[in-house]
Amino acid sequence: MTEPALAVEGLRKAFGGLTATDDVSLDLRAGEIHALIGPNGAGKSTLIGQIAGWIAPDAGRVRLAGRDVTGLGVAERARLGLGRSFQVSSLAAPLSARRNVMLAAQAREGSSFRFWRQVRRDRALVAAAEAALARVGLAGRGNVPTAELSHGERRLVEVACALALGPKALLLDEPMAGLGAEGSGALADLLETLKAEAPILLVEHDMDAVFRLADRVSVLVAGRVIASGPVAEIRADPEVRRAYLGED
Amino acid sequence: MDKTREMVASVVLLAALAGAALWADAAGEPFYVNLASRVAILGLAGVGLNLALGFGGMVSFGHAAFFGLGGYACGIIAWHAGNYEPILTWPFEVEGTDRMPPIWGVAALVCGLAAAAIGALSLRTSGVYFIMITLAFAQMIYWFAISWPAYGGEDGLSIYVRNGFPGLDTYDALSFFGIAFGALLVALAVSGRLLGSRFGAALTMARLNPVRLATAGIDPFPVRLTGFVISAVITGWAGALYADLNGFVSPTMLSWHLSGELIVFVILGGVGRLVGPVAGAAAYVLLETFVGGATERWPLILGLALLGVVLFARGGIMGALAGRARHD
Ligand SMILES: Nc1ncnc2c1ncn2[C@@H]1O[C@H](COP(=O)(O)OP(=O)(O)O)[C@@H](O)[C@H]1O
Ligand SMILES: [Mg+2]
Repeated sequence: MTEPALAVEGLRKAFGGLTATDDVSLDLRAGEIHALIGPNGAGKSTLIGQIAGWIAPDAGRVRLAGRDVTGLGVAERARLGLGRSFQVSSLAAPLSARRNVMLAAQAREGSSFRFWRQVRRDRALVAAAEAALARVGLAGRGNVPTAELSHGERRLVEVACALALGPKALLLDEPMAGLGAEGSGALADLLETLKAEAPILLVEHDMDAVFRLADRVSVLVAGRVIASGPVAEIRADPEVRRAYLGED
Repeated sequence: MDKTREMVASVVLLAALAGAALWADAAGEPFYVNLASRVAILGLAGVGLNLALGFGGMVSFGHAAFFGLGGYACGIIAWHAGNYEPILTWPFEVEGTDRMPPIWGVAALVCGLAAAAIGALSLRTSGVYFIMITLAFAQMIYWFAISWPAYGGEDGLSIYVRNGFPGLDTYDALSFFGIAFGALLVALAVSGRLLGSRFGAALTMARLNPVRLATAGIDPFPVRLTGFVISAVITGWAGALYADLNGFVSPTMLSWHLSGELIVFVILGGVGRLVGPVAGAAAYVLLETFVGGATERWPLILGLALLGVVLFARGGIMGALAGRARHD
């Protein structure tokens, strides 16, 4: 068996008395979308934060393509190919979409400690950013300051930033929240084409989207994975229906 | 485009400064030539601070440390040159010198090293803690200078013979202005170039959104530290020139008042505007000289101007002249 793109092993995190991540293990394999679902406060964002390196786990390991990255910082994990979008989008508002994406391309292409050549005339960077923007359907919007983009477009710029890293795995935290039917439909189509390039760990609330897109689903409740498996299995799981899908 | 408007405003401002010096020289008024030199040098110090504060988002309240260290580097080296006493005898002998270029080199090195140490510790914090820690480091150096008698302690150190520059008579006020103005232009050109580079893109993002910077695979800490060091080197260069302008260096150059004044130049001129600190320093020196000549209460007017900028005109003088800053 080949190494999974991303593996989480026995992760634990407590905030004071509250156990936000309770012995979570899961993996992300090449070519798949692995959905992470669970009620509000289940610990989904906390888990993503530990995988990305923002939150130090109390115990457990994170592996990226077999390599233990538990001790590495956020930037180092990103350079190793861990791309990420935030639940609340996090871009530099006064900068254009292109500038935001160029920064990720710059990190991928080498050192940021170059002091003379002007990035604005750096064809390779501009081209990489334009390509990533085109992939998410924002060709021609590169010049617009991100502050002037719509909520949905900002989401897409974040995905473009992640793509410009040349990702080996993507962590997307509720990318469809607040997008509306049309926007989330377009994003769903995009994710479907992206997963061959980099498998996606997708945190999502929209159950229709999850059941349509995901290859596998893990259900998180109060920090624990209560079920994990192929979509059909999860759909049928009585415990999941009771605990999460609100059926009795 | 606002970018070209800012360019035009910057060129006009710098030309006005050079024009003022030339005019004063032609009118036989070396006092005003020296005043223009003062603006150029304080502006240079502000350009240094602006790199950290305006572009990197690092509100240093301790840049007097670098201004003063640059000044003392100049004063001490010149003092040794005047006494024919070597600066070091062990492990090898180092003589003083009375030439500006090597003095600047030493000032840059000293300030760079000090900034690397201060930055490495201070940049672990942010916000008001960063402000306080940079202040604390600067105060430590200030007290050290006061209590170290070898180089004048509290009384400071005179530079009896102004240091030389190849091919120029540095005692000629206009020539000295030329040196200070040239230094300012070099610092502006280097800063401008730097800000447009990959490093500049990273430094800008470290200010705008460090979370995004890290997510893009760039660790904010070394980016900030490098920006802080470059900033300190420029401010230290200004310090060395200031010591030569006044023929004197004292702990005043290291005091927190001076750190505050540098911040005032940046805010008055326009935070994060390349030539802003020069405009700020010019406004400050004009106010101090002409209003200060009429009334001792000139700081009151300065305070009101500052209040006005902070409340109503965030872009400062450059903002008023060239509109809002725009990124591409
Ligand atoms: N930094 C923190 N300090 C204390 N509690 C936190 C912190 N971050 C998250 N929590 C708590 O951990 C739990 C999981 O939060 P979160 O991961 O955001 O859930 P989800 O993304 O599934 O909605 C919540 O109860 C939340 O209040
Ligand atoms: Mg969440």
